[in-house]
Amino acid sequence: MSAGVELCNVTKRFGAMTAVDNVSLRIEPGEFLTLLGPSGCGKTTMLRMIAGFDVPTSGAIRVGGEDVTALPPYRRPVNQVFQSYALFPHLSVAENVGFGLRMQGVAKGEAAERIAQAIELVSLAGLGERRPHQLSGGQKQRVALARALVCRPKVLLLDEPLSALDAKLRHAMQLELKQLQRRLGMTFVFVTHDQEEALTMSDRIAIVNRGRIEQFGSAHEIYHRPATAFAADFVGQANLLEAEFVRRENGTVRVKLSGGLELVLSAATWPDDTAKALISIRPEKIHVSKQPVQAENVFAARVEEEVFKGALDHLILVTPGGARLNAVAANESALLEAIHAGDQVFCGLHASDLVVVRA
Amino acid sequence: MDPLASPAAPDAKSLPSDHRRARWRAWLLLTPMVLWLVAFVVVPTAILLVYSFCERDELGRVVFSFTWENYQRVLDPVYLRIFGRSIGYAALTTVICVVVGFPVAYCIGRASEAWRQRLLLLVMVPFWTSFLIRTYAWITILKEEGLLNGALSALSIVHAPLDLLYTPSAVVIGLVYAYLPFMILPIYGSVEKIDGALIEAAHDLGAGPLRVFTSVIIPLTLPGIAAGTLLVFVPAIGMFAVTDLLGGAQVPLIGNVIQNQFMQARDWPFGAALGMVFMLLFAVSYGLILRFRREETA
Repeated sequence: MSAGVELCNVTKRFGAMTAVDNVSLRIEPGEFLTLLGPSGCGKTTMLRMIAGFDVPTSGAIRVGGEDVTALPPYRRPVNQVFQSYALFPHLSVAENVGFGLRMQGVAKGEAAERIAQAIELVSLAGLGERRPHQLSGGQKQRVALARALVCRPKVLLLDEPLSALDAKLRHAMQLELKQLQRRLGMTFVFVTHDQEEALTMSDRIAIVNRGRIEQFGSAHEIYHRPATAFAADFVGQANLLEAEFVRRENGTVRVKLSGGLELVLSAATWPDDTAKALISIRPEKIHVSKQPVQAENVFAARVEEEVFKGALDHLILVTPGGARLNAVAANESALLEAIHAGDQVFCGLHASDLVVVRA
Repeated sequence: MDPLASPAAPDAKSLPSDHRRARWRAWLLLTPMVLWLVAFVVVPTAILLVYSFCERDELGRVVFSFTWENYQRVLDPVYLRIFGRSIGYAALTTVICVVVGFPVAYCIGRASEAWRQRLLLLVMVPFWTSFLIRTYAWITILKEEGLLNGALSALSIVHAPLDLLYTPSAVVIGLVYAYLPFMILPIYGSVEKIDGALIEAAHDLGAGPLRVFTSVIIPLTLPGIAAGTLLVFVPAIGMFAVTDLLGGAQVPLIGNVIQNQFMQARDWPFGAALGMVFMLLFAVSYGLILRFRREETA
């Protein structure tokens, strides 16, 4: 029932502005795919082209193998959950949910049954007679979801549907959406600028920047093996450092950072015949301790600043050579030695946690 | 409760006193409008009400007395027919204004910000010229050797000039022309407020252009259509200038009859009675439309 989506060399220009630049993307049937990127990166335009609201300047879009590029939105087997929910204010919750069925000419009895199921599915039973203005933001969001799901689309498109909710509700909805998607086995294409949201829900993430896809992969791949500086910086936090090739050692490559600090990283990640490259280090990969530590890379540093973040302590470290690194330390029991600004610490870093990224 | 007593020194009860003061200030700000309404609406209406029960002498002067005779004359079939005709013309005018005005209002409402301002200006431009002058201009357009007939025969669409001026068609054209902006503006107001995402959502849910129009756009613009109907239908019943100039007194409507009673016939009491009945009709149709709108928004 659910279908895959293919974007083939899709370009979209608005006047002189290129919103989507020759993008090819293959979304598998039944997967939860997130288009993740900053505002204005073209991710929403991609979604709108799949929905049919925008027509590509060039390229083709296929849903379930069928070319839909020239089809208007009302002939496509996809439905969308809008960022603003776009509930019809003159219709009740049940009428909103039933709108698509009415347009498709589904028989009254069957429609009533499916409407009731959809309302039940999003836990809004009993609210069918309400008008949208009588609902909370979270309830509206559920109505919008039910209204799209009741049509049994082959692909469900979601345009930042959680951005208007408060943080607690957003987290609850993230899990609920993910469970729903698994249960229905439906292809979800989700657009967001929230990297945490993307990591929580997605099977795969496409990082979108300036109308192009920077990286496409699972949440794990994108987090642990960012391909570009943008991807490393946009998803999670990253120390992006310029590294200079020193020499190959057995299985590793020794590099020198601008501050003079020398580190080793897995030889496989260092591109051949490269003198200089950008490397990314996740802050939590740096083990900070007052006791000497064991790792492929061990160096000393001074804690310049300590920012309390609840469960975590955010540390800014300065190496003797002057390189600055962001690190994160768990705020463990007070019995263990706490790290404070001004402390001299030992830092450990595994070779496999240094990732070479494209600028 | 004496509102003047309320601005007392702030104390524990300062909140309700502040509230009273604010209300007092609001009334103060409304004073000019209230005075205006009393002087130009309440008092003249009261005078008309009194006159409508009076008689007139042979010179046309109002003689104070009490009689129902004027109202009995209003019920004369001649006048009832004119009332009926006036309502018919106003209704036709309203329908044409909706049909013609809706697409215009819709296009303006969905245009880009810059174009919206320009197009709205075009709707308003006629108001820069006196309404009478513009109606006279229609005589030039509609008369036998007028612009319209000239254009039609030049294009060989007609061979003999159409007889337009001083016919019911001319009156309807004039009425539609006069009231069209009052239909366009309120409909524009509700079109502009429609969130574009709603139209996209309807398309997304399988509605083609026609279904989007009937299922989403029409319901959401009903308040504008109702307001436009209010602004067109009610005043169109009483319009007399257009019927005078373009109808050539061939098709008198109630406005012309009332005007005649006050001017040529010098029968102010009867004119007043006609006016009072007319005003009652006004109030009733107002009430009906408002009620309809309330039900719509409820």
